[in-house]
Amino acid sequence: MSNGGGNSIVFEGVRRLGAVTIFLGQLLAQCLPSLGRPRLLVHQIYNAGARSLIIIMLSGLFVGMVLGLQGFQLLQRFGSEEALGTAAALGLLKELGPVVTALLFAGRAGTALTSEIGLMRATDQLTAMEIMAVDPLRYVAAPRFLGGVIAMPLLAGIFSVIGLYGAQLIGVVLMRVDRGVFWSQMQGAVGLRDVMEGLVKSLVFGVACSLIAVNEGYHAEPTAAGVGLATTRTVVASSVVVLLLDYVLTAAFLQG
Amino acid sequence: MVVDVRDAYYSVGDRAIFSGLDLKARRGRITAIMGPSGTGKTTLLKLITAQITADRGQAMVFGRDLATLSRGEVYALRRRVGMLFQNGALLTDLDVFENVAFPVREHTDLPEPLIRRLVLTKLQAVGLRGAADLMPGELSGGMARRVALARAIVMDPEVLIYDEPFAGLDPISLGVIQRLIKHMNAALSITSIVVSHDVQELAAIADDSYLLSAGRIAASGTPAELRASDSAAVRQFMTGAAEGPVAFHYPAPDYATQLLAADE
Repeated sequence: MSNGGGNSIVFEGVRRLGAVTIFLGQLLAQCLPSLGRPRLLVHQIYNAGARSLIIIMLSGLFVGMVLGLQGFQLLQRFGSEEALGTAAALGLLKELGPVVTALLFAGRAGTALTSEIGLMRATDQLTAMEIMAVDPLRYVAAPRFLGGVIAMPLLAGIFSVIGLYGAQLIGVVLMRVDRGVFWSQMQGAVGLRDVMEGLVKSLVFGVACSLIAVNEGYHAEPTAAGVGLATTRTVVASSVVVLLLDYVLTAAFLQG
Repeated sequence: MVVDVRDAYYSVGDRAIFSGLDLKARRGRITAIMGPSGTGKTTLLKLITAQITADRGQAMVFGRDLATLSRGEVYALRRRVGMLFQNGALLTDLDVFENVAFPVREHTDLPEPLIRRLVLTKLQAVGLRGAADLMPGELSGGMARRVALARAIVMDPEVLIYDEPFAGLDPISLGVIQRLIKHMNAALSITSIVVSHDVQELAAIADDSYLLSAGRIAASGTPAELRASDSAAVRQFMTGAAEGPVAFHYPAPDYATQLLAADE
């Protein structure tokens, strides 16, 4: 019994993981019916996606510009500045695009999802739906989950494209790398597989972040403090899970 | 008999909420369920709307034991029931019109003009046809409750459940809600179940009353019968006396001893 504390933490962790998995199953079962409600779904893609555009585009631009600066400094040492386009494209598409977008998504859209659903729970809106014989999983949770999953790869794509222009702005306009070389090297070195890797990553992150946000909100304690706590947990859990999954996926892609 | 709870037991952790509860709501009547705060009135509503199931005993609605029903059957049953929540529980991202239209859109394929007519009729019944375009955040507490009432009756339920319909209302809104409950019951012959601790307001409209105390029914009958009860507990509740079987003070150590101890 000496390590009873440790056991109960493990037990609690496994229990939570199980609960989230069951919730994911219930969500997925409701996703198909909610596809038949395009209006709800489009609204949620707008909420999670379009409303995150400004922060994603701004961040993408600056991340790309930093990449241009740092990349140029580093490549200059080896006399291979013309590889800047390739370095920036691979870095953005495979790594920075999906990861930074997911972290920003967790902070911007994830918290909004959690607090919105949590407040709906706290003000009896979800119970009211139950009593009206409308499944809140179908009406509230599934469209929001699906909206997040669809929005994430789109946002990551936009992030990467804007980031590339940021890198080009620094590399070509400021540091005088040849424009033709910048783009043609990139074109030659970046394959469809690299794009697919980024796409798979951002899809997986989209599922993870949306699931965490919707789950935390749906199961938040129905009080002001409970909703606040759930919102914080969404950001913390999403960030850690995204970075962890990023390692796992990167390792898996290198193996394959 | 629309609602029939028989010898129900329910507890959360170690705390017993119901211990042998019996309660009936008859068709076409207004049944009042009264009791001090924390006696499980809201839990009782959860029981008869199948949000929880009794540990022991039965909760029957429309003659069917809720505990034996599948999720689909519970949903089918709920479509015959309307419920008014204490704070209205309006969907905050829809305007008043869409809130009332919500159950219709979810459960029927009625054409838009018909939905429009249906919703406007119900809003007219609660006097808020002019507020159709407002968002829930723009409504006062009394208005929100009336919109919620319109939503609760839009599917023409056979039973209407009110959770604390009078709490926190000004005298005018309170009178309006009171008249609406009476009117819905008489005009639409809806069976009404009203949970509240506002004794005077309930007494004016209820046909049958139950007084809930310590997990069971302490008294039942017409409001007048309850007021004339010999039980000290019933009289205390009906007259609102501070002292009686329900003590004003929460159990605490001896007053003087505790004050003196604080000096040390």
